[in-house]
Amino acid sequence: MHITVIDYKAGNLTSVLKTLSHLGAELTVTDGDLSLVESAERIVLPGVGHFAATERLDKTGLTSGIRSAIARGVPFLGICVGMQWLYSGSTEAPEQPGLGQFAEPCTRFPEGPEKVPHVGWNSLDIKSGSRLLAGIEPGEFVYFTHSYKAPVTAETAAVTNYIEPFASAVERGNVMGVQFHPEKSGETGLKVLRNFLNWRLGGESC
Amino acid sequence: MLTKRIIACLDVHDGRVVKGVQFVDLIDAGDPATQAARHAREGADEIVLLDITATHEGRATLLDTVRRTARELFVPFCVGGGIRSARDAEQVFEAGADKVSINSAALADPSLISAIGSSFGAQAVVVAIDARRDAQAADPVRDAQVFVNGGRKPIGRRVVEWAREAEQRGAGEILLTSMDCDGTRNGFDCELTAAVSEAVRIPVIASGGAGTVLHFADVFARGKADAALAASIFHFGVSSARSLKEELAQSGVPVRIPC
Repeated sequence: MHITVIDYKAGNLTSVLKTLSHLGAELTVTDGDLSLVESAERIVLPGVGHFAATERLDKTGLTSGIRSAIARGVPFLGICVGMQWLYSGSTEAPEQPGLGQFAEPCTRFPEGPEKVPHVGWNSLDIKSGSRLLAGIEPGEFVYFTHSYKAPVTAETAAVTNYIEPFASAVERGNVMGVQFHPEKSGETGLKVLRNFLNWRLGGESC
Repeated sequence: MLTKRIIACLDVHDGRVVKGVQFVDLIDAGDPATQAARHAREGADEIVLLDITATHEGRATLLDTVRRTARELFVPFCVGGGIRSARDAEQVFEAGADKVSINSAALADPSLISAIGSSFGAQAVVVAIDARRDAQAADPVRDAQVFVNGGRKPIGRRVVEWAREAEQRGAGEILLTSMDCDGTRNGFDCELTAAVSEAVRIPVIASGGAGTVLHFADVFARGKADAALAASIFHFGVSSARSLKEELAQSGVPVRIPC
């Protein structure tokens, strides 16, 4: 399976590339070559760092390339900031729009006694029918590190609770995002990535 | 529920895991890649590789070790020791580390924290602090002093104040080692850990003094630690992360039990 990984110069891609490659994926990395997005079989948008970094996707034309690819049905997985980018935007960088696949904006965890960022292993409350999270049992944990989060909506595939419930995974058709780091979440994370690699085009959720 | 992290620390010298008291009488404890994979399999939530090789030639060996260790490791992986510049950090990230731990270099030049954070994100920067209580001070805990060179030299800064500055400069986590407790196996310095944890909003990893399961439960409850580091307790199969976590779970500490 061939994966096109988008590099928008925000943080370190090594872990994601290494993990996808371990699972048998062939990888192409692009920071602006639209032909690689047009020919993509699968797209992964990783991301650590600041939401403002996604501005580079607009400047390079990758945003419209990815939008067309998603419309053609190419499976897309956003990780961490890559998931947040699927929403209308984030209060972390209010002037920078997201892709708008999901209408709501991402927001910061509220101030209070709890620590922000949310760092560590937390559990998933998985909505039945999620294809991305198929095979993950209650009581399995995944690794998070973030200060901003997506709201719980009809498209939320998994909810995690920290200070308040937030969307730890989102899924609609071929568009998916995870707030946690599947490449750093042990066997559970590998299952999520395998589900994405084995995604059947045009398949309906069971 | 967010769980408390148990972090396995490997001290590495010239590409081998070593074990010793205060970095003397080192005993070979195996291959870093093999050891890291074993700890992850047995339930460690994260792996820290601390390079204690002091030589220049050792850097190349370290990068090779990091690369080999990262290859089949799918939990967070932090590398510390000898990282003196943003370029050093970049090389370690390219070799496969997710985080770097910086200590004396950050004290010498605090702008290093934001220099690494701006390129790789705050989550990738762990500021390690070696601390000792100040017995002479009115409040030995609140006035605990920062040490460098493995705890031999005080630098005239207070631990709590330095932790706050590190946070403001963009550190993602604090790794706090009590030099008073390190190597004793008599338990963590819970009072000092709590003082630092309450002073910052970023996670604090407690280190130094782990000997029993009770010590971990104590540093999570009284010490308000978000994570705890266990070095020698795991070597030679003395106690696995799994057995430690199963016992912690029984005493009500939220932990991730690996499947």
